[in-house]
Amino acid sequence: MQKKLLLAALAATFGMSATASYAASHGAGTLQAVMDKGFVQCGVTGGVRGFSAPDENNNWTGLEVDFCRALASAIFDDADAVRYTPLTSTERFAALSSGEIDVLSRTTTWTMTRDTSLGINFVGVMFYDGQGFMVRKSDGITSALELGGASVCIEAGTTTELNAADYFSSNNIDVNTVVFEEQDEVLKAYEDGRCDVYTTDSSALAAERLNLEDPDAHLILSQIISKEPLGPSVRQGDDAWFNLNRWVYFLLLNAEELGVTQANVDDMLASDNPAIKRLLGVEGTYGDLIGVSNDWGYRIIKALGNYGEMYERHVGPNTEIGIARGVNALWTDGGIQYAPPIR
Amino acid sequence: MASGVPLQKTKTAVKRISSEEGWLNMASENESSGSKAVSDAPAKASLVNDPRVRAIFYQALLLAGVVWFFIYIFGNLNANRASQNIRTGFDFFGNTSSFDIGFTLIDYDRSSTFLDVLIVGFLNTMLVAVIGIILATILGFALGIARLSSNWIVARLATILVETFRNIPLLLQMFFWYFGVLKLMPGVKQSLELPLFIVFNNRGIVTPAPILSDNFNTVWIALLITIVAAFFVTRWANARQDATGIRPPAARINAAMIIGVTGAVWLISGASLNWSIPVLIGFNYQNGIHIPPEFLALLWALTIYTAVFIAEIVRAGILAVPTGQSEAAKSLGLKEGDRLRQVIIPQALRVIVPPLTSQYLNLTKNSSLAVAIGYPELVSVFMGTSLNQTGQAVEVVAVTMLIYLTLSLTTSAFMNWYNARIALTER
Repeated sequence: MQKKLLLAALAATFGMSATASYAASHGAGTLQAVMDKGFVQCGVTGGVRGFSAPDENNNWTGLEVDFCRALASAIFDDADAVRYTPLTSTERFAALSSGEIDVLSRTTTWTMTRDTSLGINFVGVMFYDGQGFMVRKSDGITSALELGGASVCIEAGTTTELNAADYFSSNNIDVNTVVFEEQDEVLKAYEDGRCDVYTTDSSALAAERLNLEDPDAHLILSQIISKEPLGPSVRQGDDAWFNLNRWVYFLLLNAEELGVTQANVDDMLASDNPAIKRLLGVEGTYGDLIGVSNDWGYRIIKALGNYGEMYERHVGPNTEIGIARGVNALWTDGGIQYAPPIR
Repeated sequence: MASGVPLQKTKTAVKRISSEEGWLNMASENESSGSKAVSDAPAKASLVNDPRVRAIFYQALLLAGVVWFFIYIFGNLNANRASQNIRTGFDFFGNTSSFDIGFTLIDYDRSSTFLDVLIVGFLNTMLVAVIGIILATILGFALGIARLSSNWIVARLATILVETFRNIPLLLQMFFWYFGVLKLMPGVKQSLELPLFIVFNNRGIVTPAPILSDNFNTVWIALLITIVAAFFVTRWANARQDATGIRPPAARINAAMIIGVTGAVWLISGASLNWSIPVLIGFNYQNGIHIPPEFLALLWALTIYTAVFIAEIVRAGILAVPTGQSEAAKSLGLKEGDRLRQVIIPQALRVIVPPLTSQYLNLTKNSSLAVAIGYPELVSVFMGTSLNQTGQAVEVVAVTMLIYLTLSLTTSAFMNWYNARIALTER
């Protein structure tokens, strides 16, 4: 009897490690795994308005959420086939590399270290951002160079922490940094007067300012001290999944460039322009190349619109966040958003 | 008898099978060899049938299994990280950290290395743990004794305190002390200026910082020598009291010696002591020692949360001392304070110390919750920021675990030593 138990225990041990090694080889086949489970698991922020935050009906919404929804549209023809995992800045990369999420679309800055040493690949840039500062109007500050002696509130595990240290030390400004794990606590500490300055990506500052009791008492300085290209990322070593993500992003840009919108996409199906035909899957088998249906482009635009529409819907000048297109405009409009052609 | 015969048959059958299949079927084999041993003693069991050898064999097998399991897991981990192109190893310790830490006990800036980050975090954890343990012990003993007080109001107040703080999660208490109290504190420009140039606002407390001249070391040495001397004076006084029953005024002698001698050395050496007074320049007070509100909130939350548990332990310890002891001390004519100090507490300590150790360990480990309120301790700066900037989760988490383990085991070892020292010695 004892022996049987022991054998059973040993068998269990071996069996378990065998499963472990099977599960561990998740490098390949994310697309197949996503198709099997029927939804895309998307890592988002805990709530940054305009990028990823629950709306009044508790549906996740925002520019970066729309990327995940576009993915789901391409794969399932259902923009709602997405499940969201809110992550802190500190958790996000482990969540992606451990396979807990399929794609990380969480205001993440594309840097060399992250791209090369974390086992992830950046797909593209959904939003070209830069780090800014928010201060109280009553302090009468007009430039970040006047911040000597100030307390600065920062969220842990971000490029913001590094940029702030770089900026202040290169300008010989002595500040006191207070670092919190959660964005909510950073904002609260700033609001309670623990800090004179709140620094993060300027887009997030614009969004977070609205969460303050009296937004008009606060001012976002015009200085931008860093490059913060924010974009979705996927695990390294799964090129098929990477290609799909990347071309979903390119499709959004190409659609805007070709003038295909959510409203006119049905009419555009009859367009004579070969580029639009390829975009919407009327001509060619471009969906096959990335493992989805050939009308993937039509599905995405029909459900969500092109990149410009997403931008205007979530962060554009007509939203409460109100950030002008600026560098995020297409290259044809004086911005730097540019996508290789679908052909 | 009718049932005895088939049993006998079964045994022989079992024995035959087991002799054919070697070491299988241990339980029944043991039984038969055991009964055999009674009848013919010298028949020595073969090695495979020796229960001791078997026990060792199974243990070795299990150990090998466990070791193999961990080697496999570790290999698997490394292979997976390599295949995902995730950097491994401990080289990152020498790299520049590139971020700032708001509150450090050693010199640190953005050009320091990740090893410095680890040290800064460790020292910050130690700072709050050591001060917290001392304060929690004092407060805990006071509360525990107060709960047993014959004064109705004191006892009830202590009970209310203990039951309130023991039953609210620590993290909530931290948020309460940090965000709740921070909101009530005055802003920098409305700072509360207390006597002795101490400033109090929502950036914490700023006190004047002493600036010592170089030859101040002689004063320190004088202070150290007089303290050591005071220790011997106390021992002499104790011995004198034991021998004669009269206690020399050791406390007064010591006070006079420490203040007098140190003061004289200070005057003669001409060492100077200046104070750097905090002044409001721009955003905040400059100069002086800055104690951030995160530290105060964390220390206070940890202290009170642990103290109420210690209070219960102390109460249990005191109640565990038989009433007869207290009555005997009373009949000897000891005053209430002496009864507590000389008779009750020494006996209660034997019950108190082991669970007290757990509370000390809890306090140290609970300090890791500080990441939520922005105090830069080990988990915040090392397992938070450093992990994120290097991306080497496995190494960073392993090192952090090792540090907490070492801290806890050291505390434990010290408390075990103390426990052994105060344990009842049988003569």
